[in-house]
Amino acid sequence: MIYINIFFSEIYKIIFLLLPILVSVALIVWLDRRVWAFVQKRRGPNVVGPFGLLQTVADALKYIFKEIIIPASANKTIFILAPIITLTLSLIAWAVIPFSNEMVLSDINVGILYLFAISSLSVYGIIMGGWASNSKYPFLGAIRSAAQMVSYEVSIGIIIINVLLCVGSLNLNKIVLAQENVWFIFPLFPMFVIFFISALAETNRPPFDLPEAESELVAGYQTEYSGMMYAMFWLGEYANILLLCALGSILFLGGWLSPIDIFPFNAIPGPFWMIFKILGLFILFSLVKAIVPRYRFDQLMRLGWKIFLPFSLLWVVLTASFLFFLDMLPSTG
Amino acid sequence: MLLNFLNEYLSIIIFLFVALTLSIGFIVLNYIFSPSKPDPEKLSAYECGFEAFGDSRMEFDIRFYLVAILFIIFDLEIAFLFPWAISLGNIGALGFWSMMIFLLILTIGFIYEWKKGALDWD
Repeated sequence: MIYINIFFSEIYKIIFLLLPILVSVALIVWLDRRVWAFVQKRRGPNVVGPFGLLQTVADALKYIFKEIIIPASANKTIFILAPIITLTLSLIAWAVIPFSNEMVLSDINVGILYLFAISSLSVYGIIMGGWASNSKYPFLGAIRSAAQMVSYEVSIGIIIINVLLCVGSLNLNKIVLAQENVWFIFPLFPMFVIFFISALAETNRPPFDLPEAESELVAGYQTEYSGMMYAMFWLGEYANILLLCALGSILFLGGWLSPIDIFPFNAIPGPFWMIFKILGLFILFSLVKAIVPRYRFDQLMRLGWKIFLPFSLLWVVLTASFLFFLDMLPSTG
Repeated sequence: MLLNFLNEYLSIIIFLFVALTLSIGFIVLNYIFSPSKPDPEKLSAYECGFEAFGDSRMEFDIRFYLVAILFIIFDLEIAFLFPWAISLGNIGALGFWSMMIFLLILTIGFIYEWKKGALDWD
């Protein structure tokens, strides 16, 4: 009996997490298109619902009624599995994101390692989709995408190590609490900049959207997909973008902590701060999409391997030496 | 202790199944509500409206393979750095200098790759 109770309370908590994620993904797609439109002096989606807020819901409904086309030469099982894997992985990563000290589905002690593992796995969805399509554009898009994600995964990992040196724990709540005095964006500002740019590349966002560069690769690995399976790729993509915004705010912007610990600010509960910070980072993401032109593939790889990797590795040595010789390392129990 | 551990990971596993159900549910919904009128032209692989020529699983640039190999090396290195980074306060000078020597060796390898042109795309 007690197990059934535990099970249902878990299900309740999961639904309480899953629904807000899906709703905010829908809203964030709308916001992205609006910001993009405003930069170009257009209106953007503004017809469906108030301010066009329901545009994404309408799009999703439309996708449900679209025909499923699976190419005759495709490997059907892998073809269908790819969007399932993409969406599932981008959702389960949210299990460890803390919205306040208690509001976290699973407060595991290796939280950041879990996130790192899940985001490494997400390359599989793309490569399976591209390979199973058995068509030229998806194949080229998939290998490009795999190379790109894998390259920037490395620099994100090294940046995380910088933060871990200052915290001394892999638990995401402890990382947030370690920033009570000063947010890590101040001592580690160059790392924040590199993290932001790597996050753009990791999620295939413009200016690094080479896998989906429509002028050369049609739609990259999504070319052969239609209907809901296509929609699941972009749902997963936007859930991943939000996830990296959340990770950025946890690592560098103090997560659910208020910026200053005085009255009008610390009265606002933690989840709101977390959402403000995610939104702020996301608006930066969409401004970059609207403003910056697309990179070339060789420039992208050079940036990742020849600039970001050596620089962030050097910064790890600097951070470690600084903390070690000034005896400021956090002691772990 | 053990129950606590199980409880934390149990919620992730349940979440995994809920997310999987949701993803499959989307496809099933689409399958139920969408029309299905396949014809050979519709089901052929997209190649700008022409008949597909050649095999699409063609050979690709060796550098993609090199990037994958380099990724394994550096990802392993990151896996080494994670536990070192969180326990540096406890392992003292020996731990610090051992990792510095390890990073030095890694840097020599990295410079070798760079000079060999494994990182060049032209």
